[in-house]
Amino acid sequence: MQNNANSFVALADIGIHDPDQRQAVAVGTIRAYDKRRAAMFADGHEHGEALRQQAAEAKRRALRCLPELLEQAEANMIANGFTVLWARDADEANRHVVEIAQRHGVKTVAKGKSMATEEIALNHALEAVGLHITETDLGEFIIQLNHEPPSHIVAPVIHKTKPQIRDIFVRELGMPPTDDAGEMVAFARRVLREKFLNADLGVTGGNFIIAETGSLCLVTNEGNGRLCSTMPDVHVAVVGIEKIVETVEDYATLTQVLSRSGTGQNLTVYTNILNGPRRADEADGPSHVYVILLDNGRSDIYATDYAEVLACVRCGACQNACPVYRSTGGHAYGWVYGGPIGAVLTPLLVGLENASPLPHASSLCGACKEVCPVDIDLPRMLIDLRRDLVRQGHAPRAWKLGMKAWAVGMRSPRFYRWGGLAARLGRNKIARGNQLPGLLGNWTRHRDFPPFAEKPFRQLWAERQKAQSS
Amino acid sequence: MHPRPSPQGKPVSLFVTCIVDMIYPQTGMSVVKILEHLGVEVDFPLGQTCCGQPAFNSGYQDEARVVARQFLRAFKDAQVIVTPSGSCCAMVRHEYPRLFADDPVLHAEAERIASLTWEFTEYLVDGLGITDLGLRLPQPQTVAFHDACHGLRLLKLGAASRALMQHTENATVVDLPNCDVCCGFGGLFAVKMAEVSSAMLEQKCSDIDACAADTIITGDASCLTQMNGGLSRRGSSKRVRHVADVLADALPEVSHAE
Ligand code: SF4
Repeated sequence: MQNNANSFVALADIGIHDPDQRQAVAVGTIRAYDKRRAAMFADGHEHGEALRQQAAEAKRRALRCLPELLEQAEANMIANGFTVLWARDADEANRHVVEIAQRHGVKTVAKGKSMATEEIALNHALEAVGLHITETDLGEFIIQLNHEPPSHIVAPVIHKTKPQIRDIFVRELGMPPTDDAGEMVAFARRVLREKFLNADLGVTGGNFIIAETGSLCLVTNEGNGRLCSTMPDVHVAVVGIEKIVETVEDYATLTQVLSRSGTGQNLTVYTNILNGPRRADEADGPSHVYVILLDNGRSDIYATDYAEVLACVRCGACQNACPVYRSTGGHAYGWVYGGPIGAVLTPLLVGLENASPLPHASSLCGACKEVCPVDIDLPRMLIDLRRDLVRQGHAPRAWKLGMKAWAVGMRSPRFYRWGGLAARLGRNKIARGNQLPGLLGNWTRHRDFPPFAEKPFRQLWAERQKAQSS
Repeated sequence: MHPRPSPQGKPVSLFVTCIVDMIYPQTGMSVVKILEHLGVEVDFPLGQTCCGQPAFNSGYQDEARVVARQFLRAFKDAQVIVTPSGSCCAMVRHEYPRLFADDPVLHAEAERIASLTWEFTEYLVDGLGITDLGLRLPQPQTVAFHDACHGLRLLKLGAASRALMQHTENATVVDLPNCDVCCGFGGLFAVKMAEVSSAMLEQKCSDIDACAADTIITGDASCLTQMNGGLSRRGSSKRVRHVADVLADALPEVSHAE
């Protein structure tokens, strides 16, 4: 997918000043946030926290021995009849899928919801060789019709209102106008059912791969994952290498926190554990199943202090909790992943210099860490990425100078007093009223700024000490 | 982590924070009055400046280290450090040890200082074990709390200031909707990402305007500046006040008189 992360500020402005989107995102995220809380702590706060720590530990353990687990997973998947392919980057992954499609004479593709395939822009690659692809997750289907990328990991169309969705269906598919959500869904269902029946190839992502059994696990609520992986004769799953878990037990823990955190359900409506293609004695299922293990920058992250971010199960809870995301919407982040996880992951995957505003797109309030089912310390990573920006010379010169000057002022009480005096005079005598100069004008554009005190605390203190001793 | 020594019976070194020093000195005085009301001896180390958080949070860790070293020097003789800011307290407690991770001597000192540092309400309630300060507001007042993020999430504050107000006569405590959602301040974030910050602020001000309380209480002067800046710009009559100032209003007249 094309990366516009360096335009975060401009894109955020667009989101902030789009009242429909603001409303849709606020309603959607807050509802999901409340549902998460209810589901996560349905059996009490202690239980929820314990579950969360258990999930965090399962993911950390898997990460610690990721290379070994990948080999184990590959061997067990092959034994189950999967064809396992490795892809270093987006191009290689896309080439694999194109080759598979050509080998099997594929014309139409039904695609289940998947962020990994967004990351590699698979649809473009497949369209470029003349294939016809339909997104079959309802949200993904809507934005495909409207030619835009998803704005949320779990709810790709969270930024649209119901009337906007109705208009897209009417315009693109000739749906008879209706305001009834049920009728809209029924209509989309009829369209999509046709697509499933006619697809030669099903493409999905994968939420987990269980190393000890060689199983591929998918969770969906609409069944698109199940249909894409069982109806067409060929199934391809594109799965990030960080999705490996060690045991079935770990999977059971993680799939629970994923559903509870993502959609507020104890389990999603469809939970699929796939163990290879149709066996000789089976009537249904694809004759070939390919699993493409996608690196695309992940092993580079694995080698850094940011490896913990690979624990992410893509539940979207941090997006729902984030007041920045709630204000800007997901498209502002300029690439596949929006919200706090995007602010961390995007710079790591596309390069800091290609996403330099993102680490700053946070007030560091910590709501993301609080809700993250695997306890990723996103605020800490944002601070560390800001440090890397400065160290690698991507920070604006003016800021650098300002910070140097500030540190000089703060390193000694005498300089500090002078600095305070200058600030007071500047604020109270020169910049009277409501408009501060320079960057501080960004403050007063939206809010007032108080005057500095005529006497700082240290002076009041000194006077008080003097009065008391005399 | 150092074990946290009990602060009971020890003199307090006050860290007022740079923003309270320069903009809200009366908040510093409120803290002094309350501590002295409880018979605690208070000292103000003159070497103090800032905790270094503005640089730290913007990625300027070398600059933050320079300022943090000044803090360690200024408070080296302190037995207990109390500050009216959850955010600066979290900086000292959580980030200082990390900031000096590669210097064994400074790291040990940072750990030691961190273990002595308390946020104001935390010091009263968890440190001294007092929730009833014997206070009475001069007029009946309805108040609500905004939980500033760093105090809430890094120090688990929130309960302490509520308990203190609930034990204050004439105070009625009500809920502020979304009291745990960020006001959009975020330090330099407020000027770097001004539109985003103000969108968050707008939401916060709407919640405050919709709330039954006239006075919103918080524990950080910085967030208070953001919220009051927004409230006054939109012409709201409501204001956010620092918990120390509200408590100081409720002190008996004697201590007021000085
Ligand atoms: S970072 Fe945590 S909360 Fe955010 S999507 Fe990943 S797992 Fe979910």
